[in-house]
Amino acid sequence: MTETRGIDRRSFLVSVAAAGGALTLGFGVHPSQAEAGAPELTAWIVIARDDTVTIRVARSEMGQGTLTALPMLVAEELACDWSKVRTEFPRPDENLRRNRVWGDFSTGGSRSIRNSQEPLRKAGATAREMLIAAAAAQWNVPASECSAFNSVITHGPSGRTLRYGEVAEAAAKVTPPKDVRLKDASAWRLIGKPTGRIEVPDKVVGKPIYGIDVRLPGMLYAAIAQCPVFKGTLKSVDESKLSGRRGVHNVVRLKDAVAVVADRWWQAKTALDALAIEWDAGEGGEVSSASIREFLLGGLAATTAGVGRAQGKLAEGFARSARRVEADYAVPFLAHATLEPQNCTAHVTGDRAEIWVPTQNGEAAMASAAHALGIPTQNVIVHKTMLGGGFGRRGVTQDFIPPAVLIAREVGAPVKVLWSREEDTGHDYYRPVAMARMAAGLDASGMPAAWHVRMTGNSIWSTLMPVAARGGVDRQFQEGFLADMPYDIPNYLADYAIRNTHVPVGFWRCVNHTQNCFFKESFVDEMAHAAGIDPLTYRRRLIGTHRNANKFLGVLNAAAERAGWGTPLPPGTFRGIALNEAYSTFVAAVAEITLAADGTVRMPRIVVALDPGTVVIRSPPRCRPRARSCSASPRRSMARSPSRTAGSSSRTSTTTACCGSPRCRRSRPC
Amino acid sequence: MISLTINGKAHNVDVEPDTPLLWAIRENVGLTGTKYGCGVAQCGSCTVHVDGVAMRSCVTPVSSVAGKKITTIEGLAENGVLTKVQQAWIANEVPQCGYCQSGMIMAVAALLKDKPKPTDADINDAITNICRCGTFQQVRAAIHAAANA
Ligand code: FES
Ligand code: FES
Repeated sequence: MTETRGIDRRSFLVSVAAAGGALTLGFGVHPSQAEAGAPELTAWIVIARDDTVTIRVARSEMGQGTLTALPMLVAEELACDWSKVRTEFPRPDENLRRNRVWGDFSTGGSRSIRNSQEPLRKAGATAREMLIAAAAAQWNVPASECSAFNSVITHGPSGRTLRYGEVAEAAAKVTPPKDVRLKDASAWRLIGKPTGRIEVPDKVVGKPIYGIDVRLPGMLYAAIAQCPVFKGTLKSVDESKLSGRRGVHNVVRLKDAVAVVADRWWQAKTALDALAIEWDAGEGGEVSSASIREFLLGGLAATTAGVGRAQGKLAEGFARSARRVEADYAVPFLAHATLEPQNCTAHVTGDRAEIWVPTQNGEAAMASAAHALGIPTQNVIVHKTMLGGGFGRRGVTQDFIPPAVLIAREVGAPVKVLWSREEDTGHDYYRPVAMARMAAGLDASGMPAAWHVRMTGNSIWSTLMPVAARGGVDRQFQEGFLADMPYDIPNYLADYAIRNTHVPVGFWRCVNHTQNCFFKESFVDEMAHAAGIDPLTYRRRLIGTHRNANKFLGVLNAAAERAGWGTPLPPGTFRGIALNEAYSTFVAAVAEITLAADGTVRMPRIVVALDPGTVVIRSPPRCRPRARSCSASPRRSMARSPSRTAGSSSRTSTTTACCGSPRCRRSRPC
Repeated sequence: MISLTINGKAHNVDVEPDTPLLWAIRENVGLTGTKYGCGVAQCGSCTVHVDGVAMRSCVTPVSSVAGKKITTIEGLAENGVLTKVQQAWIANEVPQCGYCQSGMIMAVAALLKDKPKPTDADINDAITNICRCGTFQQVRAAIHAAANA
């Protein structure tokens, strides 16, 4: 784990510490480094003589807590002293060399906890049994007479003890048991107990832990401008204005981008701004917001569409219904806007490359660099850093890596390529533009006898991985309207007419749920309104005998009760309720909004009830922070007030979400 | 050469006078706790103190702060003892990705010096930093906790 090529890790750490002045720790790519030569019990666990347990974490940390939660799963079964636990990101090239012993590095789809339970808890239990076996052998007693607790093994009958650090070396040589029994949830001492996230202390003192903080000896900085039209290319660059500019080293021309490399980033950025660049807009040059809208309206009206879910007889259902309710919804492309702009630091020497990057997928980063340079995958070393926001931006799409390695190859020195905020926003893989056309036939009681959900817009899968959208069906685009819908409608059709634009699209926190929940729940309110039934009562009836009725009713009732649903509100204040299931988490919310005469919408209060299954990290505040996080766009201010901070313009600090008003059909989150 | 006093230490930085303070701090001085989020005084992640006043360093030319007392997140704790604000940040587990939090903490530290017991309205007025992860509720709770510590 400590062996590196190119810039060796030790000199890197030293140089960082020196350059950092006040910094006491090295650059925290790895929050700690397993003591060299300390025995590895399983691929996940290294225990040093002094009892320090290093637990390896394959997934990335971007504020969601994996760096704490995944080691907790291991430590729970390992029965080790949590205060002695350190963590480490294994390197993707090492994973490749060791036959992917750490499995998948990809961090997204809210999968890290869900998919890691078994392997990580088993790894902990396996190591615990190996430690016990080693101690028992040393004492020459049956292992069954020994137990492990808090990094100490005790022989029951004699009361003798050994620390983990004392037997780790011997334990590493024990043949791992084939089957291990996992603790019953009732016996958990760590999982679900408040402990505090491991990396939080570093985050309140400004430790250099993010990709943007990487500093290497002799490192240069690059600013980049990409073609302002997607899929366009670079035509020409006039460098003459740069002559005599201080600190500027190179102007690098890429197929669709120009970069300036300089001693400092600000020098690079200002030089880039001074360049005269000509672009060839290509096919996308004629596309506008209006033409995209027309294109999608065509999708809403299309006669063919991929079917995601169908049941009953739609036409008959409509024919029998007493009245019809219709509504169209639309949402635009959204940029992820991770607060840390995209960046990648690269050093390319011959057919080898070393990169430092905030990525949600270290293995994809490695493959992307290798592909761009045309070198073998195993020749790329990826150092994962902490991420200043991920939200899906830094996962499947590793578009920030090829330019970085190509620039570094041309320059022949380590280069940190940093996108400006403007360039980052303008070159995202956006949450897809989408429209939904809803039609429902209500029966005499006001409940839907038939419901047709037609969707259209940019399909992520069909552009990034066409096999996943075979036959014109992209189920991800329709999530929330398929088997995961809280309501069983007797005659139902959810179909999707794929309409791909030239704008790149990519995954986004909770992906299509963020818009589909808005479409679905807004329309449920339309139906309730048409039926003259209270929206909460209407949802309870719609849930009916759904197989997950208990879960849905649980969160729905909890949110309604806590929010005081049905109690009078002051004039100008409104309440809305919504219900959703995403990736096995059940959630209901009641939002209170005010609508001012000038149209300003504010949301003074939102009550969220959440059933996520087993909670691994329990945070001090009552609710898991991500539940009310940034799925909605933060770009609209809820409150506008003059700022007192010098140099700032007015901005808000209120959380945002869709306003939830029954009548709201805004084309973007309010 | 421009002379800057950062966290009590003098630094001579060799940059154009109109270079934003942010980049001099991050790249010339090497203190990377101060973050770049937008570069146009919108997000607050670059907030530092200049003579005790919170400033957005991405739009503050280096030449305008020569000779003034600059404090960055790395210099907030005194003799390794975290300030009340930083302690409240840990106790309330405010950071998610953490990228905005240096600036958030610097802005809050300045607010509490001005108004030791801020109301929610004071907080809305003064703390205009953007957190993309959406930690605003925790930020508010931690400000009150720090004020009452
Ligand atoms: S970087 Fe200075 S306010 Fe955003
Ligand atoms: S904690 Fe991620 S931007 Fe604020």
